[in-house]
Amino acid sequence: MTNQTAFTSAGSATRANTIETRRLTFCWPGQPDSITFPDITLTRGEHLFLHGPSGTGKSTLLSLLAGLQAPETGSVRLLGQDFSNLRPGRRDRFRANHMGVIFQQFNLVPYLSAQGNVTLPCALSASRRDRTRPDVNTAASMLLEQLAIPEAERHRSVTTLSIGQQQRVAAARALIGAPEIILADEPTSALDTDNRDRFLDLLLTLAGEQQSSVVFVSHDRALARHFHQQAALGDPA
Amino acid sequence: MNRIRLALSLASASLWYRRRVLALVCLTLTLSVTLLLGIQYLRTEVRQSFTNTISGTDLIVGARSGQLNLLLYTVFHIGDATNNIRWSTYEKLQQDQRIDWLIPLSLGDSYRGHRVIGTNTGFDERFRYGDDQALHLAEGQWFDDLFDVVLGAGVARQMTHRVGDRITLSHGGGSTSFSRHDDLPFEVSGILDTTGTPVDQAVFISLEAMEAIHVGWESGVAIPGRTLSEQKARKRTYTPENITAVLVGLDRPILTFQVQRELNQYSGEPLSAILPGVALSELWRMMGQFEKALLGIGAFVVITSLVGLIAVLLTLQAQRRREIAILRATGASPALVASLYTLECVTLALVSCVLALLLGAGAIAGLSPWLLEQYGLQIGLRPLNTAEWALLGSVPVAALLVSLIPALNSWLNSRQQGFGGSD
Repeated sequence: MTNQTAFTSAGSATRANTIETRRLTFCWPGQPDSITFPDITLTRGEHLFLHGPSGTGKSTLLSLLAGLQAPETGSVRLLGQDFSNLRPGRRDRFRANHMGVIFQQFNLVPYLSAQGNVTLPCALSASRRDRTRPDVNTAASMLLEQLAIPEAERHRSVTTLSIGQQQRVAAARALIGAPEIILADEPTSALDTDNRDRFLDLLLTLAGEQQSSVVFVSHDRALARHFHQQAALGDPA
Repeated sequence: MNRIRLALSLASASLWYRRRVLALVCLTLTLSVTLLLGIQYLRTEVRQSFTNTISGTDLIVGARSGQLNLLLYTVFHIGDATNNIRWSTYEKLQQDQRIDWLIPLSLGDSYRGHRVIGTNTGFDERFRYGDDQALHLAEGQWFDDLFDVVLGAGVARQMTHRVGDRITLSHGGGSTSFSRHDDLPFEVSGILDTTGTPVDQAVFISLEAMEAIHVGWESGVAIPGRTLSEQKARKRTYTPENITAVLVGLDRPILTFQVQRELNQYSGEPLSAILPGVALSELWRMMGQFEKALLGIGAFVVITSLVGLIAVLLTLQAQRRREIAILRATGASPALVASLYTLECVTLALVSCVLALLLGAGAIAGLSPWLLEQYGLQIGLRPLNTAEWALLGSVPVAALLVSLIPALNSWLNSRQQGFGGSD
C-alpha cells in the first residue's frame, strides 16, 4: 500500500522512503557509551512500532528523527533528503513542514486553547496551512470533532481538559496539515486501557486517511499488532 | 511578517496566562518608572519656576556681600541682609540717566513667618517674573494709604485673609516673634494673584509705613511713650534713612556691565551689584547636584525592578521547559523561542510605562491643588518634553537589553534540548 505513493515535496528523488536511517549511533555528552540504533526503512503511510525497556534510547531515537539532536555517526534520510546533515535552521523548517509530534504527557501549550494548540503547526508552517481543507480553523474543528473533543471545550483553557482529552488534542495537532511523519513518544502511557485503545485507533485511522507515517514508541508490546512494522531497542546485539 | 504575528500572539497569550505573577512585577516596574519620570518632571518644573522667580531686572543692588546671599534675601526671602544701603545712595541712583526704574526694598519685619517687604508702587508696576509677566491683583488694589498692606497669594490663602482684614506685623523675622507692632495695625488693601514665585509668600507695605512703625524702635525694642499712635503717625511725613536693596532696570541693557562695575566701585559706601540671571544659574548649579543625585536614585530603582523582572522571567523559564519543548518540536526555531522572552519583557516594560504615565498624570492632577494649598508649589500637567520622553523610552530599551539574558539562555537551551523537553 505504500511504495507507489512516494511523496516528495521537499526532496528531489521520486519514490523515496519516508524514513530511512542507516547505522545510527548517538552519545549523550558526558556518557561513556554510544547507543546504536537499528536501521529503519519506512515507506509512505507505513506505521512503525518501536519498543524497548526504559533507558534504551527510545526518546533519543525520536530526537534524532525529529532533528532536535544530530547523530554521532550514521545518517537519517527523510523524504529523500539527507536530514541529519541539514543546518539546524533547515531542520526546524523541515520539522514544521513535515512532522507532527505527540509526547508522553504535558503536550499542550498551557496558554492556548485546544483550538489554538491544534492550529499552532499551521501558524509555524505555510505548507501545513496550505494543505488544510477548507481552511485552518475548520480543519482543526473537524479533527477535534473526530477525536471527540466537545465543542464547549475547544475554546477554553486546555488545563481543564482530562489527560485523555489532552492527548487527543495533541494528536489533532500532530495530524493537522497532513504531515508525512508523525512521531509519538509513549502517548498512551498515562491512559487507561479503554482510552489507550480508542486513542491508538483514532490516531492510526486518521493518519492512514491522510497517508502519514506514524513512528510510535511504547513499552507496551500489546499494541504492536496495530502496526505494519516493529523494531526493538536495547536488544543485546 | 507571519513570524512576527505568531511571536506577538504567543507572547501576549503567555503574558496573560502568567498575569498573576507578572502583575506584581509590572506593579514594581510601574512604580519605579513613575518615580523616575516624576523626579525628571519635577526637576523641569522646579528649574522652570526657579528661573521664573525674577525677570526684567537688570541689576540687584545691596550692601557689599556675596551674590548668592544678596540674591537669596532679595528674591527668595531667605536669610538676612548683611547691611543696609543709605537713602542718599538710592537718591543718587534715581538721578542716573542710564537707569530707567528702581524698586526699593526694605526688609526686616515679618507677618506670621512671611517676609514684610517695604517698597513703593514701583514694585506693582515694574516687577516682572516668569516670561516677562507683570503682577496682577486678584482682589482690591495696591497700597495707597499709609496703613495699607498687600498680601501675596500664598499668605492670603494660608491665613484666609480677605480685603479689609486688619493684621498686625511683627518686628524681626520668624513666625513667633514676641515684639509686635500691635499699636499700628494694617488693613489689607489687595491680594495678589498666584505667581508660583516667592512673591506669593510675601507681604507688601509702603516704605513710609515701614518707617512709621519703627518710630521709637531705634534701640531694637519699642520704647514706651516714643512709639506713635495711628493719628500721630498719619500727621508726620517719612523719609527712610536706609533701605535694604534696590532692583534696577536700565534703559539700555547693554550698559549693564558698565553700571554694575561703577556701582561695585561706588565711593559713597560699599555696594554689591549683581546680575540676577548669573546669580540664579550659580545657585541652580549648587542645587543641581542634589537633583541629579535624585535622578540617579530613580534610575537605580528602575534598574533594580528590571533585575527583579529578569529574576522572575528566569524562574518562569524552568516552568516553561515543557512549553518550549512543544514549540520546538512543532518546528519553532530557537530564535522564535528566544524572541518570546524579549517580546514579553519589552511588552511588560511598555505596559509599565503607560501605567506610569497614567499614574503620574493622575497624581499631578490630583495633588496639584493640595501642593498649591500646602506648599505654594504650582505644578500643572503639561506635555512631556524631549528629555522626559527619552527617559521614558529608555525603560523599554533597557528591558530589551536585560531580556537578552533569559533569551540567550533559552536559545542555548533549546538548541540542546532533546525530544519532549528532556536533555
